[in-house]
This record gives sequence, C-alpha cells and structure tokens, in this order.
Amino acid sequence: MSEPVENRTPNVHGSDERGPVAAATLTPTSDLRPGPSRRAWRRFRSNKPALLGAGYLGAWVLLVILWPLGLGVLGELGPRSAAIAAVYAPDQLSDTQFSPPTAGHWFGTDAHGRDVFSRVVYGAQVSLLVGVVGACVSLVIGVLWGAIAGYCGGRVDSLMMRIVDILYSLPSLIFVIVLLTTLGEWLRQSHFVQQSPTLAKELRLLLLFVGLGAVSWLTMARIVRGQVLSLRTRPFVEASRALGAGPLRILGRHIIPNVLGVVVVYLTLTVPAIVLYESFLSFLGLGIQPPMASWGSLLAEGVNQINPIRIYWWLIGFPGGVLVSALLALNFVGDGLRDAWDVRSQT
Amino acid sequence: MHFLKRLAYTPLLLLVISLLAFLMVHAAPGGPFDRERSPASPEIRRQMEAAYHLDEPLWKQWLRYLGLVWEKDQAGHWRHAPASWDISLRYRNHSVGDIITQAFPVSLLLGALAFGFAMGVGLPVGFWSAARRGGWQDQLGSFFALFVVCVPGFAIAPVLILIFAVKWRLLPVALWGSPLHAILPTLALGLYYAGKVARLLREGMLSTMTAEFITAARAKGLSETSLLLKHAFRLAVLPVVSYSGPLIAELLTGSFVIENIFQIPGLGVYFVNSSLNLDYTVTVALAVLYAALLIFLNLAVDFTYTLLDPRVNYE
Repeated sequence: MSEPVENRTPNVHGSDERGPVAAATLTPTSDLRPGPSRRAWRRFRSNKPALLGAGYLGAWVLLVILWPLGLGVLGELGPRSAAIAAVYAPDQLSDTQFSPPTAGHWFGTDAHGRDVFSRVVYGAQVSLLVGVVGACVSLVIGVLWGAIAGYCGGRVDSLMMRIVDILYSLPSLIFVIVLLTTLGEWLRQSHFVQQSPTLAKELRLLLLFVGLGAVSWLTMARIVRGQVLSLRTRPFVEASRALGAGPLRILGRHIIPNVLGVVVVYLTLTVPAIVLYESFLSFLGLGIQPPMASWGSLLAEGVNQINPIRIYWWLIGFPGGVLVSALLALNFVGDGLRDAWDVRSQT
Repeated sequence: MHFLKRLAYTPLLLLVISLLAFLMVHAAPGGPFDRERSPASPEIRRQMEAAYHLDEPLWKQWLRYLGLVWEKDQAGHWRHAPASWDISLRYRNHSVGDIITQAFPVSLLLGALAFGFAMGVGLPVGFWSAARRGGWQDQLGSFFALFVVCVPGFAIAPVLILIFAVKWRLLPVALWGSPLHAILPTLALGLYYAGKVARLLREGMLSTMTAEFITAARAKGLSETSLLLKHAFRLAVLPVVSYSGPLIAELLTGSFVIENIFQIPGLGVYFVNSSLNLDYTVTVALAVLYAALLIFLNLAVDFTYTLLDPRVNYE
C-alpha cells in the first residue's frame, strides 16, 4: 500500500542504516522530489470533497467547544442574557413542548420543551469524542498486536492471527453489550462511585469509549501485520539488525514509522465506524444514559415520539441529518487520505 | 480436509465461548432477583437463589448449566440433575428453548430478506457503475452507494415510517405478520449493506478490468457484455463473497435496533433485556446461538469461495 518512508526523517535514523555517504547523496534529491507526506498533503488539498468534509468536521468541533462557552459567558453577563442562556441550556425544561423549528429554536423543541439544537450540539460532544478516543484505543491495540505478530512470525504469528480470526467470526456487538452491562453494574455498585455521581458518569463514558475501541482493532491488526511482514525482510531492517539493534529498537525506529501512513488512513475510516457503533448502542439505551445525549440517543427519543396523529419530523430529521452528514464527511476525509497516500497512482 | 478440521473444532470453540459468556455475565454484581418490582425480603431471595442453584460455586453452576451434574436424591440414588440452560430466570413461564423457537425464525427471516435485498440491489448497482465507468450512471450509482453507506438503519427507519406509514398510510407502522409488514424493516436493514456491496463490486470490477486476460479476451473479439458478465464479474464478485460472512454477522446484530423500532418480536429484544436484567441463561444461550450461526456461515462462505475461485487452496 504505502511506500516505505525511509528517507522521511534522514537525520533521525538515516545515519545508522545507510551511513554518512548514502545520507549525503540523498540530501540534494530530496529537494527535487517531495517526500511522501508532502505529496500526500498536496493530493489531499486538491481533493474537493475531502477538504469540504474536513472543513465541516472542523466547524462542528469549533461549535462543540464554543457553544457551551458562549452559554456560560452569556450566563455571567447579566440577568437578561442569563435568561436567554437558560432557554438554550440542553437540560432546561420549558413549557414550549414540541415547537417546530422557529427563529428562537432553530431545530425546534422536544417532548420536555428542551432546545433540540442545543441538545444536538451537546450530543456531538459525546459522538465525536467517542469516535476519536475509540479509534485511538483500537489503534494502540491493533498496532501492537499486528506488529508483534508480524515481527515475531512463525508460531506466535499464527497463534495471534488465529485469535483474530476467531474474534472476527464472533458477533462483537453481543460481547460489547454483555461487557457494558456487566462493567456498568459493577461500577454502579462500587462504593467509590456511589460517593460521587459525576465521577460515575465520567467513568461510564470512559467505559463506553474503551469498550468500543476494544472491539474495533481486528482489521487494524491484520493490516499492520501484513505491512510488518513485508517490511521486516527489507535490507534496511536487515542492516539495522546486523548493526546489533534489538527487536524493540527495530520495531520502534524502523517498522512502526513506516507503517504509520497506512495506519493513519485506516484510523480515519475507523472513526465513523465507532461513531456509528456508539449511536447504535445509545439508541438501544445501552450507551449514554439520559439526560446526557448523543446523536444516537437523540434519534431514539425522536423515534419514541412517533405517533399516528402528529408528525414531529424535526425530532428525527435534525439529529439524523447531523449524524448522516458527519458520517459522510468522515468518509470523505478517510477516502481522501487513502487516495493521497496511495502510491500506486502517482501524480 | 481443511473444512472438516474446522468443523471438528467448532464444538470446542463454542464451549469456550459459552464459558466466556457465562463468566462475563456472572461477573456482574447483584443477581436477576434484585430487579423485581417489589424487592423481596432477604429470606425469600435466598430461597429463590437456592431454587435456581445460584448459591452454588461458579464451577458447579457451569457444569449444571451444561447438564453435567449428578446428585444423590433422598433415597440415596445418584440421579442426573436437569441442565439449567433451558430455564429462564426472568421469563418464568417460558423456557429458553421456547424463546428461541418463537423468536429466532422471525430474526432469521428478517436477516434473510435484508441479505437478499442487499445483494439484489447492491450487485446490479455496482456492476452498472463499473460497466459505465465515468458516465453519469457511474456517478449516480457511486453517489447512491456512498450516501447509503453513511445512513445507518436506525436513521433511515424513522424517516421511512414517517413518510410511508404515518403520512401516506401505505404501509403498517410497526409489528410483524403480513408481507406488508416486512417491507420497511427490510429496506431499513438492507439499504446500508446494499451500498457496501455495490462499492465492493465496483472496485473489484475496475481492478479486474485492468487484468491481462481481459485485454486478451477483448482482442479475441468477445462482446463487451459477455466480457463483463462471464469473465470480469466472476472474479470481481469474490470480495463480495468473502464480505458476506461479516455481512451476515452485522445483519443479525444490526436487526436489534430495527426490531426495536418496528417492535418486531425477534431475538433482539430478548437479548437486550436479558443482558440488562442479568437473566444469565438467556444471555449465554443467545450469545452461543449467534456465535454458532456465524461460525457455520463463515465456514459456508469460505467453502463457496473455494468453489468459485480454484486458485484458493486451504490445504
């Protein structure tokens, strides 16, 4: 997939594998030919949908950070602005129930008169964070697992990959559900948590993040293992070994940096998968607990209001639309990065 | 031979899975009788736990679960104690076997319908976009596939309900029974995977079309249609075949939310409720059932793969 990036940081590990002569001859050419990361960035920049997606996601991140800050500042300014801020607080109940979208409530209000826009923004906090944190957890497990299996080879490799195969063929969702309920129950009953409810909330969230990451590392492990398998017989690794480098140094200095490009690409494709996973669980009531919100739980609240008499489309359309558009943007960015790193199509 | 070996390993694997699931659910503090509407007195709770053998050490409960316990009765005879896997701790008038025989066919039918839909839509769309590469058909097909892949079933389901059931009143809102009831759940569950299949097939076709044997066939004067259908498709469909194992897995668990939204009496409701209520036997039985199903289906998929692609050899 990705070209080995031996010459990306010549001053870091160039000296111990090529010697000073090779490094000296490399320096002038690297000015003419941009490095793989630079080329990838150039290609990514010319990819309109990917840029658009990145911008859209950036805007959401800004909104997620600024909206609570803005409400906080408004609340401090004076009684009138505090009243306005209170209307938009995500947990603020009011008498204006089921108001369709208006100038005051852009996304309308829900069954308890809460502002849906504000709830969607607060839901974004959980949904986006779970994607990033979960992807990072899957990154750590997957890269370590795959790198060790690929580097050791032989029996260790076949045992480790056999485990991955078996886990692949199991319904991971079922194990996540069992794991979350078991650990959640354990958490609920421990003394430590009963003393501080906020801590319990945070720990539950952390549990969800880690749990989702812990079931999403399988493909990552397979990809990394394949890359490591082909890298470890390359001359520059052999040379390093001949110079007396230990396995840890070879893995950390030479192999993992070279796998990074593929890993980053796959990481961006893991994020939407985990966002989807979280909304799925929260939809079933197994993820986020009310009154906290994520896009999935907001959608579930909208579905619960479906009745044959009145149509509250904004309770479904807005959380659903935001979820779908964010997933689209994440996929665009992921595809863009994949194309940018793909060395088969040189431009 | 390879497949026979894998088949032989399956019972062992299932045993390990059931042990894992058993330990996981039992690791939760509390028990199934803590969640009664009116909390029982400690005395009654102890009696109930004794009646369901929940007071025994875990290893004995595990053996009892499998039906491997022999006990002395009052007369002093060794007698086989009935296996506990069939006894639900919450649904007292249902056995686990009852729950499975009632709800499983529903989930299976829904999964099969969605699988058929995903293939029936995904394959033609993917084929068509690859055949008209770069044309408006390709753009339309690829956009459809990408869009659909970003719309999870639980986001499209309420929209479908609002439009077709509530607004136009063409189809039932929920429940299960007549063929009309199956339309919206099938769409909601299958659409996402139709997009995935279409993308996989298109990519497979495009990479196959650059192969040398295609150029050779074209030089021989083969018509474009038979070239695409007979030569390229056969190779390009392989990634779809190997994806169908995970696809079935995702359909089976993905139907949890769809069953939830449409109130379909499938296994999903039982699974979610039993794991929330610590109904140990139901949770473990369903986890093993899903795992067994998946293992067999994956075997079948791999076997089909060897039939379709003679280059693959597992020996």
